Amino acid sequence: MSTTETTASGIGPVEGAALYDVDNPAPVIEPPRKRTKKTPKSTRGNFEMYGWLFMRLSGIVLVVLVLGHLLIQLVLDGGVSKVGFAFVAGRWASPWWQIWDLAMLWLAMLHGANGLRTVINDYAERTNTRLWLKGLLYTATVFTILLGTLVIFTFDPNIR
Amino acid sequence: MATPVLDKAEAEAQAKAAALITVTFRVRRFNPEVSAESVWQDFQLQIDPKERVLDGLHKIKWDLDGTLTFRRSCAHGICGSDAMRINGKNRLACKTLIKDINPAKPITIEPIKGMTVLKDLVVDMEPFFQAYRDVMPFLITKDTNEPTRERLQSAEDRERFDDTTKCILCAACTSSCPVFWNDGQYFGPAAIVNAHRFIFDSRDEAGEQRLEVLNDKDGVWRCRTTFNCTDACPRGIEVTKAIQEVKRALITRRL
Repeated sequence: MSTTETTASGIGPVEGAALYDVDNPAPVIEPPRKRTKKTPKSTRGNFEMYGWLFMRLSGIVLVVLVLGHLLIQLVLDGGVSKVGFAFVAGRWASPWWQIWDLAMLWLAMLHGANGLRTVINDYAERTNTRLWLKGLLYTATVFTILLGTLVIFTFDPNIR
Repeated sequence: MATPVLDKAEAEAQAKAAALITVTFRVRRFNPEVSAESVWQDFQLQIDPKERVLDGLHKIKWDLDGTLTFRRSCAHGICGSDAMRINGKNRLACKTLIKDINPAKPITIEPIKGMTVLKDLVVDMEPFFQAYRDVMPFLITKDTNEPTRERLQSAEDRERFDDTTKCILCAACTSSCPVFWNDGQYFGPAAIVNAHRFIFDSRDEAGEQRLEVLNDKDGVWRCRTTFNCTDACPRGIEVTKAIQEVKRALITRRL
């Protein structure tokens, strides 16, 4: 698909002097998805498809994980008042709950981060704004995931 | 003999005049040769409520202000030239009756959103048609020989993509899409609908190529299923459904 450099602007001289001429051309509208120096590569690929699929699948899994988590933490066995250091220590003694919490952490963080990434793509208008917002988002995501994972695996119930 | 005829004509003229109501057309005007800003301008006109918004625009252009600029060709809902934002909703001016859009209040008329306004209600449609061209909206077959007879197709195979053949490329859907409004890089519903028309055509053999085109960063995956396109389509095409079918085809063929 060839894109012509001189997109017809549709603004021609009407009556009297024209506003635009050779030295002062009418603004040209950038054709969509044109390869420029800033974006030389084709943007085709399966990444967005996998991202879209991940949102659906992780969403389904998260419904089970999060609702189960809330039920255990807030409703069953005396509700939220039972949650304390001893309760967490007891739960993380079992690999089942370690894996549950790990899966919840990773899926929720990646799901949320990917959602925010699409929000930034849809709403940030300037390339630089996008870049900064995404940089901030990815930093926060990686930090939270790493910190959470570290805590789940190195949790010491005998800490003083 | 002449008197009854005259009476009839008079009565008709009176009935016509009685049917007229006064409406205010609030039109978004923009002229780059006068000002960089666009402004609202009100026009009062007498019009039969059974007439269309396009008739009102004609009255303005022909009788009140000849500088009002808008596109229209066939004026009967087929050419897709006069899509505009009427009372905040994308519609064809030639298919919208005055009585259906509350003539008691001013009727706002704006150019469609997301594309550069050239003058008044005329926008630069180039990004829209570029996306349309990008999906290769024509029959592609591997058989390079010229066909000796028509390409036959069963009624069921034709039914598969019947809905998306109705598109008239008016851009009402694409310019109602909030994702398209941001940077105009998203292919937009209309291009995907026209890709769908060939992807699901049993006679066409380039469905895979079109799916690859739409697997772009700005392809079908940017659709957020807000259904604005389905609501806006003057032809009643289930646009969002077509986009979802393209997504499903991509997933089932890629995985």
